[in-house]
Amino acid sequence: MRIHCPLCGQRDRREFTYYGADDFLRRPGEGAAPEAWDNYLHLRDNPAGVTRDLWYHDMGCSSWLVVERNTVTHAVLSVRLAAEAEGAA
Amino acid sequence: MAELIATSATEGLVPVLHGPFTLTDAAPARITSVAPFNGKEKAVSAALKKALGLAFPAPNCALAKAEARIVWTGRGQAFLLDADPAPLAGLAALTDQTDAWAALRLAGPGADQVLARLIPLDLRPAVFADGAAARSALGHMMAVIWREGDGFVLLVMRSMARTAVHEIAAAMSAVAARG
Repeated sequence: MRIHCPLCGQRDRREFTYYGADDFLRRPGEGAAPEAWDNYLHLRDNPAGVTRDLWYHDMGCSSWLVVERNTVTHAVLSVRLAAEAEGAA
Repeated sequence: MAELIATSATEGLVPVLHGPFTLTDAAPARITSVAPFNGKEKAVSAALKKALGLAFPAPNCALAKAEARIVWTGRGQAFLLDADPAPLAGLAALTDQTDAWAALRLAGPGADQVLARLIPLDLRPAVFADGAAARSALGHMMAVIWREGDGFVLLVMRSMARTAVHEIAAAMSAVAARG
């Protein structure tokens, strides 16, 4: 598996660390309902198909990345800097 | 007061010679991490240009002018080597990292084949030419790599000096043995 880091270019899987779903970019605001926090902390989709994850390029440029990939075909569809992703906190 | 003498991170470990390859100490006199404050990247570039004839490097690039060098080392970060960072004060977060890194120079024809055993990057001259730099993995160690002449300079964290020399020396002897 390779991930095309927007800064470093095409890099080997071993340079990256997986963090989890990109839900972590959408933290509920102060005073949000308990349901929103429950959803943010615990409830995850498990799609057979396109999913968006956070990866950390720890052996490279130290960027957080949003990687869109397909869990069925293993295709990596897009990679963006989390800092520039829509809705990033 | 005891008189303390600074020693390089690779003291007693290098030089290592195998066939056409040499591994030597390449410790810069000074390493400063330069991380431009938000929106100040152009101002940092201008200040570098004025003071040293350099610029803030694009990703995967290194620039040199006389003794001074600046190497891209990550998102919004570069290492200024062998130069006084004073002109950048107020424009970028500056931290002295001189003692934090072990620096090694691997030279010799085909040095890219040695590093091919340790670094998951294409370092052949056609791809990784003069002025190219990268952050990547050297074995299990994170490293900063750039090309210099017919070889490479590698920075690894100081605590990794012994392991890095051991791993690179093993790769040097294996590639040299193949002739």
